[in-house]
Amino acid sequence: MYSAARRAAAGICLAAALTITACGGTDSQSNPSGTPPQQVTLITHGSFALSDPVVAQFEAETGLELVVLPADDAGAMVNQLILTKDAPLADAVFGIDNTFASRAINEGILEPYTSPAGGPEQQQLAAGLEGQLTAIDFSDVCVNADLRTVPDGAALTFADLADPRFKDQLVVENPATSSPGLAFLLATIAAHGEDGWLDYWHKLKDNGVKVVSGWEEAYYQDFSGPSSEGDRPLVVSYASSPPSEADPASGQPVTAAALDTCFRQVEYAGVLKGAANPTGARQLVDFLLSQAVQRDVPGSMWVYPAVADTPLPEDWARLAPLAGNPWGLAPADIAAHRDEWLQLFNDQILG
Amino acid sequence: MPLATAPVRPSSVTAHQTSFGGRCRAAARALAGRFGLTALAVVPIGFLAIFFAWPVITIIGRGLVGEGGLDLTGFAELFSKARTWRLLGRTVGQACLATAISAAAAIPLAGLLYRRSFPGRGLARAVLTLPFALPSVVVGLAFRSLLGHSGPLGFLGLDGSMTAVVLALVFFNVGLMTRVVGVFWAGLDPRPEQAARVLGAGPWRALATVTLPALTPAIAAGASLVFLFSATAFAPVLILGGSTYATVETEIYLQTAQLLNLRAAAVLSIVQLGVVAAALAFGARARRRRERALKLTRTAQRAGSAGSGNAGTAGRVRWRQDWPAMLVAAAAGVLVVLPLGNLVFRSVHSADGFSFHNYLALGQHAVPGLPYSMLAAAGRSVLVALLAAGIALLLGTALAVVLTRRPRSPAGRRWQEWLDGFAMLPLGVSAVTVGFGFLITLKTAPFDLRTSFWLIPLAQALVALPLVVRGVLPALRAVDRRLIQAARVLGAGPWRCFWTVEAPAAAGGAAVASAYAFAASIGEFGATTFLARPDTTTLPVAIYKLLGRPGADNLGMALAGSVLLAAITAAVMALAEWRGGELRVGA
Repeated sequence: MYSAARRAAAGICLAAALTITACGGTDSQSNPSGTPPQQVTLITHGSFALSDPVVAQFEAETGLELVVLPADDAGAMVNQLILTKDAPLADAVFGIDNTFASRAINEGILEPYTSPAGGPEQQQLAAGLEGQLTAIDFSDVCVNADLRTVPDGAALTFADLADPRFKDQLVVENPATSSPGLAFLLATIAAHGEDGWLDYWHKLKDNGVKVVSGWEEAYYQDFSGPSSEGDRPLVVSYASSPPSEADPASGQPVTAAALDTCFRQVEYAGVLKGAANPTGARQLVDFLLSQAVQRDVPGSMWVYPAVADTPLPEDWARLAPLAGNPWGLAPADIAAHRDEWLQLFNDQILG
Repeated sequence: MPLATAPVRPSSVTAHQTSFGGRCRAAARALAGRFGLTALAVVPIGFLAIFFAWPVITIIGRGLVGEGGLDLTGFAELFSKARTWRLLGRTVGQACLATAISAAAAIPLAGLLYRRSFPGRGLARAVLTLPFALPSVVVGLAFRSLLGHSGPLGFLGLDGSMTAVVLALVFFNVGLMTRVVGVFWAGLDPRPEQAARVLGAGPWRALATVTLPALTPAIAAGASLVFLFSATAFAPVLILGGSTYATVETEIYLQTAQLLNLRAAAVLSIVQLGVVAAALAFGARARRRRERALKLTRTAQRAGSAGSGNAGTAGRVRWRQDWPAMLVAAAAGVLVVLPLGNLVFRSVHSADGFSFHNYLALGQHAVPGLPYSMLAAAGRSVLVALLAAGIALLLGTALAVVLTRRPRSPAGRRWQEWLDGFAMLPLGVSAVTVGFGFLITLKTAPFDLRTSFWLIPLAQALVALPLVVRGVLPALRAVDRRLIQAARVLGAGPWRCFWTVEAPAAAGGAAVASAYAFAASIGEFGATTFLARPDTTTLPVAIYKLLGRPGADNLGMALAGSVLLAAITAAVMALAEWRGGELRVGA
């Protein structure tokens, strides 16, 4: 008994060592209360990116240190924010898109604030959001075509996708696990109505549509584009994808977006309710509309700036045209039916 | 020779005890003696309680407790759906298949790699362990680029099938299982088998009636690990199974992260826990039945615990007897080398042919959206993985020591069995459940780690802990109790006894277990990926980010980054094997 128990000494030392380590860890993170917070924390989705000089400019202008918390994707981020609304993870949020905006507003995770910095076009993008979110950028989710096999790819319509000519040619993302997948589903709902979309998807299914879990798999594994290794010439991607695939020597496009199949995805920023640094959060939201950020977003996040007349990279103007008349749905409609649509899709199309 | 030194200095111990300080220390020891085991158990149990049980119970509770109190209608609702049964069947089927195939491959592989010596054996062992270190996203991608329509194996038509998922899970786990079985096998007393042979049993009969039964504890331990990893696999299922293929794990992710349907998620989590607990109980029973009877000789044990190359029991390859093992090894080799080779090949191939362009880009800070270069991310990954492995090693060893003590009362033994199972649970509970549980529990001081740097190493240590326990426990259990008793009778103190008798025996196992913990941590892509955290762009996360961007350059860098990750892990594994040997000899 004496011996068995003696190992205890080791245990106590271990315990002490661990306690010290653990305490060290927490202490360095906490802010001493009483002093004004010098940091502003931004929670965002995993694709968020800003160039270093832009971040440095923000820190120089405001004297605040920017801490970025990248979450998984927009959907998971909004759900995390809902779960933590009594003790928010951050001060501001960026990356809530129009498919989740209503949910975020209904759950009361946001403090009313919209930045006055944008123009009327920018403000139009946040219509109907009760003054809680500020539009920062947008992108069009469209079917992309490999022009080498589908030369008329840019002109394809939804009807074409169900045509036998394109049997086994299209790959899309699962709307339950991928945000471009959800956007494409919503585009088909907007185009065919609440009564017609399931029929349309049954036609797509009969025509051999392949549903994969995420954009990476769809784009790199199944699409036949230059940087991909699949054999399907049609994929759901972005209107801004073609510039990356253009022929490096000639600058000629190799892929193109079918602009009649686009759903406009708008990304918003907002101030979180219960933020430790609400002033900093508002400054941050304003800053996201500044020229510095707006010019940066095409190169860093492959999206279009929300503020009208922001100059675009040269190849974007040429190779990444936007849809003239993209499909859209009211945020309230999306919020009301999203889960039901996903469930139907899951049961009937995926089976 | 640790044991030789132990009895030499009893006089100095006696001398100590006559002094005041010595008396004090003796009193402390007596006190520690009474509460020792408990004290040693408190830290790891506290860790598991705070970072595992509390978050998991809270998030499940939130799903089950509605406004009107406890609401269990979710069970009836869920079990009335055909889909739920399909998910459950697929999860269990997939895990059973992966476990069975891994075991079938691992046993001959273990015999070959740990009981035979041949040139290149160390390399073969290292290659086999590589897949375990790869982030699951990369494993998924490597397999898809093999099995996909245009891949070299596309003609098999396996893309999007359960076979592809099972193959990837075997790829991922077979090295782990081989190591668990092999180390144990290398430490087996060879004499019963030799006796059986002398008494006229053929090599197969000796294997089936003597060796395999003796290997049961290791096979059971390895199989329960593989089962847990396979039943809760996430990215391989998502990427390889296609979207019509869902398991309990992916459904929990869908319900929690995407739909925030905590009620359904809670029911599914409980179902998952049930499956995992059943598997653990099964493994523990098989293990216990054999462990009681088992005796390892000290020499064989010492030779084997580090799996060092010059184990006395290793023989040359005998073709006539070893050909089935060689065949399995060849098949496993193909399974492991093909996806890895494909990965390396693609990382050095760009549109213009062969180039190291992708590797040169790793050092550059040129990727928008990554706060630093891939090399810096690799450095951060190594730091986090070292911390996680360190925490797991300390806590895991403490747990293993507690689990090897033999309580007198049946209650104590039952308690110990529960603890053993409890320590394994982090492997079997959905990463999403743990991750989202963190969000709603770890929010008040001193545990507000939700956005702290420490969240990642702690969460990863959680997954690595069971690996350490499983790695250290068999070695500690195999120590002959009489050696400890002898050392104590001769006057060695508790520390001395631990360091000179038990620690040397367990050092090799601990070194390799730490390497596995390191690998599990550096390739980890689970709970923490779903949480927002600052400044912790580790290499797998950076790879995942790159994969999310269009363009051949980004894909190329992601592939090069994956190869780098595999190389780092291979180096650590090799170091553990080598240093494990050193430690054992030098202690």
